[in-house]
Amino acid sequence: MASTARRDAPEPPDFGILKRLARDQLIYLLEQLPGRKDLFIEPDLMSPLDRIANVSVLKHEVDKLYRVENRPAPSTSDQLCFLVRPRVRTMRYIADIVNADKMSGRSRKYKIIFSPQKFYACEMVLEEEGVFGDVTCDEWSFYLLPLDEDIISMELPEFFRDYFLEGDHRWINSVARALQLLNSLYGPFSRVYGIGRCAKMSYELWRDLEEESENDGQGRKPEIGNIFLMDRDMDYVTALCSQVVYEGLVDDTFRIKCGSVDFGPEVTSSDKSIKVLLNAQDKIFSQIRNEHFSSVFGFLSQKSRNLQAQYDRRQGMDIKQMKNFVSQELKGLKQEHRLLSLHIGACESIMKKKTKQDFQEMIKVEHALLEGFDIRESTSFIEEHIDRQVSPIESLRLMCLLSITENGLIPKDYRSLKTQYLQSYGPEHLLTFHNLKRIGLLTEQAAGETLTAVESRVSKLVTDRAAGKITDAFNSLAKKSNFRAISKKLSLIPRVDGEYNLKMPPDMAYVFSGAYTPLSCKIVEQVLERRGWQGLEEVVRLLNGNEFAMADGAPEDGAGGDAQRVVVAVFLGGCTFSEIAALRFLGKERGCRFIFLTTAITSSARMMEAMAEAKA
Amino acid sequence: MDCYTANWNPLGEEAFYRKFELYTMEWGLKEDLRDCLVAAAPYGGPIALLKNNARKEKSPSTRPLLEIYSASGLLLASIPWKSGQLVQLGWTASEDLLCIQEDGTVLIYNLFCEFKRHFSMGNEVLQNHVLEAKVFHTEYGTGVAILTGAHRFSLTTNIDDLKLRRMPEVPGLQKPPSCWAVLTQDRVTIVLLAVGQDLYLLDNTSCSVVDKLCEFNSTIRSPPKQMVWCTRPRSRQRAVVVAWDRQLMVAGDSTECIRFVLDEDSYLVPEPDGVRILSRTSHEFLHEIPEASQEIFKIASMAPGALLLEAQKEYEKESQKADEYLREIKDQKLLPEAVSQCIEAAGYEHEPETQKSLLRAASFGKCFIDKFPPESFVRMCQDLRVLNSIRDYQIGIPLTFTQYKRLTVEVLLDRLVLRRLYPLAIRICEYLRLPEIQGVSRILAHWACYKVQQKDKSDEEVAYAINQKLGDTPGISYSEIAARAYDCGRTELAIKLLEYEPRSGEQVPLLLKMKRSKLALSKAIESGDTDLVYTVVLHLKNELNRGTFFMTLQNQPVALSLYRQFCKHQERETLKDLYNQDDNHQELGNFHVHSSYSEKRIEGRVGALQNAVDEYYKAKNEFAAKATEDQIKLLRLQRHLQEDFDKPYLDLSLHNTVSTLIQDGHHKKAEQLYRDFKIPDKRYWWLKISALATRGDWEEMEKFSKSKKSPIGYLPFVEIAVKHHNRYEAKKYAPRVTPEQRVKAFILVGDLEQAADAAIEHKNEAEMNLVLSKCSAATDSAVMEKLNRARAQLLKK
Repeated sequence: MASTARRDAPEPPDFGILKRLARDQLIYLLEQLPGRKDLFIEPDLMSPLDRIANVSVLKHEVDKLYRVENRPAPSTSDQLCFLVRPRVRTMRYIADIVNADKMSGRSRKYKIIFSPQKFYACEMVLEEEGVFGDVTCDEWSFYLLPLDEDIISMELPEFFRDYFLEGDHRWINSVARALQLLNSLYGPFSRVYGIGRCAKMSYELWRDLEEESENDGQGRKPEIGNIFLMDRDMDYVTALCSQVVYEGLVDDTFRIKCGSVDFGPEVTSSDKSIKVLLNAQDKIFSQIRNEHFSSVFGFLSQKSRNLQAQYDRRQGMDIKQMKNFVSQELKGLKQEHRLLSLHIGACESIMKKKTKQDFQEMIKVEHALLEGFDIRESTSFIEEHIDRQVSPIESLRLMCLLSITENGLIPKDYRSLKTQYLQSYGPEHLLTFHNLKRIGLLTEQAAGETLTAVESRVSKLVTDRAAGKITDAFNSLAKKSNFRAISKKLSLIPRVDGEYNLKMPPDMAYVFSGAYTPLSCKIVEQVLERRGWQGLEEVVRLLNGNEFAMADGAPEDGAGGDAQRVVVAVFLGGCTFSEIAALRFLGKERGCRFIFLTTAITSSARMMEAMAEAKA
Repeated sequence: MDCYTANWNPLGEEAFYRKFELYTMEWGLKEDLRDCLVAAAPYGGPIALLKNNARKEKSPSTRPLLEIYSASGLLLASIPWKSGQLVQLGWTASEDLLCIQEDGTVLIYNLFCEFKRHFSMGNEVLQNHVLEAKVFHTEYGTGVAILTGAHRFSLTTNIDDLKLRRMPEVPGLQKPPSCWAVLTQDRVTIVLLAVGQDLYLLDNTSCSVVDKLCEFNSTIRSPPKQMVWCTRPRSRQRAVVVAWDRQLMVAGDSTECIRFVLDEDSYLVPEPDGVRILSRTSHEFLHEIPEASQEIFKIASMAPGALLLEAQKEYEKESQKADEYLREIKDQKLLPEAVSQCIEAAGYEHEPETQKSLLRAASFGKCFIDKFPPESFVRMCQDLRVLNSIRDYQIGIPLTFTQYKRLTVEVLLDRLVLRRLYPLAIRICEYLRLPEIQGVSRILAHWACYKVQQKDKSDEEVAYAINQKLGDTPGISYSEIAARAYDCGRTELAIKLLEYEPRSGEQVPLLLKMKRSKLALSKAIESGDTDLVYTVVLHLKNELNRGTFFMTLQNQPVALSLYRQFCKHQERETLKDLYNQDDNHQELGNFHVHSSYSEKRIEGRVGALQNAVDEYYKAKNEFAAKATEDQIKLLRLQRHLQEDFDKPYLDLSLHNTVSTLIQDGHHKKAEQLYRDFKIPDKRYWWLKISALATRGDWEEMEKFSKSKKSPIGYLPFVEIAVKHHNRYEAKKYAPRVTPEQRVKAFILVGDLEQAADAAIEHKNEAEMNLVLSKCSAATDSAVMEKLNRARAQLLKK
């Protein structure tokens, strides 16, 4: 990509130790229940587990593996071990098993291992169900899963809904502990920046934890010098846009799960699915993951020509050369060949889907929304989209994008779009809309939303003597997106003369075809450049504050070595592959290395699904 | 120094014993010790004295007096004894006083005569009374052994974890044994007793005769009053100190013994390295001279230490003999040993002068050694400084060096704290440079805990004083101090102190205990620890009535959210109450909608939805109310459809319901829904044509297209027909498409010629290019030519 990189970005630290720590602790915990046992695993812990340990490790004196599901388990073992997330639902499941055993006079040993930590609410449920004394509890501090050389995920997709919608602060503790762990292994971080309420709380809690633990990392050479924390609600717009870099598209189309993807028959051109690990080890993928989709195909065909040429070298080889070729190169070539054909298949599949659904038109509408023109046309497009039942999630996404870029829908549209939506996709989405309103993704423009109107609302609430409501009111104020103003302030819409060069992009906007620079990434860029928030006061105000910056004995420019050029970008509530691609690009440009720490990889679809109210 | 060995008394071949005075007793005791119950704690501990105990008649004026003195005889505290008849006093390892009553009750006091607690030695003891009792120390803690009136032994090995044990009977024991003691060996506690000439060992199961280690004939007919071991660690010599009324005897393996005359009644206190001897006027220490001291001070000793001491003295006199002595040691290459000996011997001396001269000698000798590690010397200087300061009669803890090392400095500090000697303790910590958390902070915390008990000062004063002194010293737990304040009944002070506690998590449990639940809730939220918030919430839930509980939550959004989350999964009904309390009709509406999902029967669902409608109206959310009403309407209708057409309609969206109807050919019904639900025209047209296409009912579609002007135009007709691979039908609609979209329509149906014509007609270059891109040179050359020509013309202009 950019050939102007002043200096090479430092290599990312080795995060393999995180996996080893988690694995060793798990084995230790399993050994705490000696003897044969059956292991029950929470379904969404399966994939993360898969990434750190193979089955033989799990089979540590384990007879059978079960998934924690909503039906009784046929286990006959005398010892049951549950490896679960700290959820009330799961606690009930376990309590039911224990109580059923009690009823039938059966005595077994039960052990619950919570990952990443135990919550008091879980114990409360166990106690209320009357089984607290029958089980033993442990914590598996598996906070951080390295998905790739520069991506670490906490694999907590529920964080987004729990915190931003339900106002549940439980996971903040987990984030703080995760930061503590990272800091103890790769820090001490000398500069900390952040924005957002959750970011601030996490930071403060983390700082308290560090103070309590008293083990200062003095004398250790840090591998990571900077950390930047950001709440997802600082920038919903970016997460709502259609992704057009390859990795983002693959995620949008096939859903990357825990760093790997299942390519179905339409990609593999055979009758079975293939699970592919997508990371820097994949030589083909690592070269195209951050590219705009339009350049991917060209790259792949060039690559296949090269590959063919390498195969063709066989002609005219003598026996010895051939032997060499077979023993040394052929395997690599074959592997490359296999990956190449998979990615070509994936590209074709993406192309097919994206052209069929008037993808280009939709992108056009998105760009219009981002730039703020042709709002009426865009609204009609969305309406038609709903009427034709193109896709419930996509329709919802477009509605949210419209709302958030326009600071809320005008009342008429707000009502009619919702009505259309309910007619198309079913009345149960009434609750979804309520959730979207609460989180601020789909709101109604209040008539004459001026300060006085707000004030009168607040004063009315004061007479209600309900202080809690006031906070709610302020929260809803906080959710005003102010996107247009921010966009102007930070010039998020690039002004380019002529065609935007997607092959040699000049800035981060390439991840959205040059139409829009992701806000989240722009903030990171600006703050790192300014070493703080000076000069960004207006933006901070529009984003509703809660910014912080801490330079703790940070060495001056140049000093401190490579660590000062390594930045952990923490996304609380999830980050998208587009954002990852944008910051990777920025890193290359500035000669620094971004490490991504996210509560989970997210996408517009995942966010929309999180807002839906599950039936019963 | 010539007379240094004057008080040395030899016993056998190798051992010497000496007795010297620790203190002249300050207590001005009038009574004879024999008339008092006495107990002195080991390791230079305090002395408890119960006067007038013997008198049976108890008039209030002559109540016995319980007094506690330091080892130097300074009164620490006293109280009149009002409880039952005491048999024995004793000290625990943590310097609490045990007062054993005749009825087997043991009362525990601290060393300021403050009552702590009591316990009983059991029924058997209560019935038969205590004849004799002994307090002993084991690795488990402090134990108590009782000889009852029935001549049976009962004991407990740890008074903090009371387990009473009754020992087996001693065969033929008709009167109290002449002498007995409690021993512990390999964690087993046994009683050794003398009956007549024989010795018995009483363990858990049996009683056996034991062999004697040695015998010694004192030639005194009366039985001794007290008998204690007097040995020093690692000594080869075994010796016992035996006391009669006016005589003290040190007896060992040899047939010889050392005799001392006692001027007064005396009381022996065993120590690990000697015996303390208490009397009315003095307090003495009797011990075996340690090896290092012997080597140096023995008359005519040529040991390296002795020579070094001599050399140093000569050096001070500026005599050349110094060099001779020194040379003599150096020739034997024993200088390091000499220095070590002097350092060690200094530790055994009580007189600072002697300590100094030995240390001076060591320091002098050190100069002639290349690399003598300085630690032992420095350490000894420090230790002696500490020891001298606590031996001062004002403090009155006559610890020997050996005892001090065994006790450890940490325990010594604890004891100073126990005596409320905070400044000295802090001084020692600072002098020894102990880490703050173990040292100064801990002592300050103890001081603060004591301070809060001073009732004569106001809460503000105390809180201020404590904060002034403690500040932010690391390792200080303000919550612990606050807890102490609360225990003393000073709740307000406790709350004030908690304000200084930096970790809000630490404040919460105490606040809950003090019933300041709301404050606790705020603090818990401040801490960011949601588990803590849950703890408080649960506590509140049990403590307050439901209404107040909800009100409290309403003011704390974080706690409310957490509790809601919990209720959502665990107690859905509570959730409803919570919303009701708050008049939150919107959430109540949502709640009912949510519960409608779990209703199996249609009536149930309709009922729940109807509730939701009511709540939505109350919440002035007309949209939600209308939408829900529509849902009810749809549900009812779907039920009818299901019955009429015997096909599942339930839970389909309105769109899908109508679509299904059309696909099944129920056009009338569909039409009715379209009107009833005010389905917008655009939607209805989209829906209808796609449903018809799916059904393949092209005839109906054509009819429909002509029914009135299409609100969505005619391109969708083309698209949908093409999608269903029916070009023939698609072509019908292409001409009706609006001019702007016509090119696209013709391309879709594959009629490139017409597409080209339309594009040319529009004079639109982009459209021309689009058509061109679809042409293939083989089949559409004519069209391409036409287009190229038109384009060229267009460009010319």
